[in-house]
Amino acid sequence: MKVHVDMSICLLHGQCVIAAPEVFSFDDDGGLVWLAEVDESLAADVEAASDACPEQAIVIG
Amino acid sequence: MAAPRITIVGASLAGLRCAEALLAALPEARVTLVGDERHAPYNRPPLSKDAAEALAAGPGAGPEVFEKLRLRSKLAPGAVTLRLGVAAEALDGTDVRLSDGRRIGSDWVVAATGLRPRRLPLTGAEDRRHVLRSYDDALTLAATLRTGARMVVIGAGFIGCEIAATARKLGLHVTLVEPAPQPMLRALGARVAAAMAALHRSHGVTLLSGRAVAGFDGARVILDDGQALEADVIVEALGSQPNTGWLTDSGADLSDGVLVDDRMLAPGAENLLAVGDIARFANPLFDAVPRRTEHWCIPGQTAKRAAETIAALCTGQRPTPGFAPMPSFWSDQYGMRLQAFGAPALAETQTVIEGDLSQTGTAPVIVEYARAGRPVGLIGLGANPAALARHRARLTAALTPPVDA
Ligand SMILES: Cc1cc2nc3c(=O)[nH]c(=O)nc-3n(C[C@H](O)[C@H](O)[C@H](O)COP(=O)(O)OP(=O)(O)OC[C@H]3O[C@@H](n4cnc5c(N)ncnc54)[C@H](O)[C@@H]3O)c2cc1C
Ligand code: SF4
Repeated sequence: MKVHVDMSICLLHGQCVIAAPEVFSFDDDGGLVWLAEVDESLAADVEAASDACPEQAIVIG
Repeated sequence: MAAPRITIVGASLAGLRCAEALLAALPEARVTLVGDERHAPYNRPPLSKDAAEALAAGPGAGPEVFEKLRLRSKLAPGAVTLRLGVAAEALDGTDVRLSDGRRIGSDWVVAATGLRPRRLPLTGAEDRRHVLRSYDDALTLAATLRTGARMVVIGAGFIGCEIAATARKLGLHVTLVEPAPQPMLRALGARVAAAMAALHRSHGVTLLSGRAVAGFDGARVILDDGQALEADVIVEALGSQPNTGWLTDSGADLSDGVLVDDRMLAPGAENLLAVGDIARFANPLFDAVPRRTEHWCIPGQTAKRAAETIAALCTGQRPTPGFAPMPSFWSDQYGMRLQAFGAPALAETQTVIEGDLSQTGTAPVIVEYARAGRPVGLIGLGANPAALARHRARLTAALTPPVDA
């Protein structure tokens, strides 16, 4: 599955990093990084991250 | 077995997430979502922050702002029966009686009716007194947010402090009245609350703490020491009360919200569950005391749990025991993000582990909260998310395994 974060609305809450640490993480400067293409085995985690994002910034394609 | 009929009352974050989780777990379920607001489910946190600011630009801003607030849903159109603009009035067994006289036959009922703002039991100044919980509240309030207007905010909890910060940004004169010695004291503890008080003052808010409102006189707010504050806009931000009126005869314990067990089932009532702000449950991460938690993360966590319970019971299984969600909340004031994990409100001690509280608002600060020597919470003030994530991992480790309830 494809994962995208709309950085024009992301406010760096970091809820995605908690829900799906294998997909989302912070770099040392506090910027959000994520895997653009993830295995289906992580689909539930990505869904949970998308639900947990208070800004609805995560787009799953 | 016939497809279970499930009625969810309250069409906001908790209700919507519960409907989604139910249909994912029980695709054959017949789910009805009832909400008394006329709007599609939407997100509330921006109402005291950027949405309030955007709405202040004028009524024309409404549709665009609402579109951003509207909760995106995984539900296919028509997957649930949506009944908006109608309130639940009472339960008849497990059937739900609506304000339009109809009744929804149900096998399970999920209460997701959230909270309503508490009001001061005082008369006067009705033409300028506002509360802030719903989109409609925000629309009415936003129309008064004009540069130079005098605003009095009564209650310096999170919503009061956020609307004060937003109003300052829009150029209003703001006075914040709070009976406690500091703003957000219960949630943040004395040291961080004092730092937040300083932040508000440095942004031009007149903070009157230790003071209560005694009455309203025309356009003036009269305080308990006799001081009179001229006000064009008054916001009552005194906390909230659970919307449990429709559950009066349910048999559930409604002493503060709806008491539920670790499966979100309400003891004493028949097939009734509660989720979101209205649910009062014990979190074994901390102790065995049931509490309501008014954080955005709780609706999602409790909604999934309730759906698991219904799905298990409908398929003849036993719901897995134990529910210990990690709470988190945030607030945005003057462009600074306050991010909390765990339960800082339960702590006795606060230790600054990064930065300096006197720098709050200009440099990152991280504070750890402990009870009986054990970490129970963490707050970052303008903190680097990566640093906060590292401390959060430590907190999680310290809180697990959960204490014996
Ligand atoms: C202005 C504001 C700012 C916030 N900011 C933050 C923040 O920064 N961070 C954070 O963590 N949390 C924040 N929150 C809290 C967060 O929004 C709530 O925790 C969340 O909305 C709770 O969702 P809920 O679905 O349980 O209840 P609610 O969102 O209150 O929804 C309950 C719904 O049920 C409806 N209802 C009530 N009675 C009936 C009835 N009898 N019949 C039918 N429908 C009924 C209500 O009208 C409402 O639509 C904020 C809340 C507000 C109001
Ligand atoms: S949870 Fe949402 S807003 Fe927060 S960092 Fe992740 S994508 Fe950004």
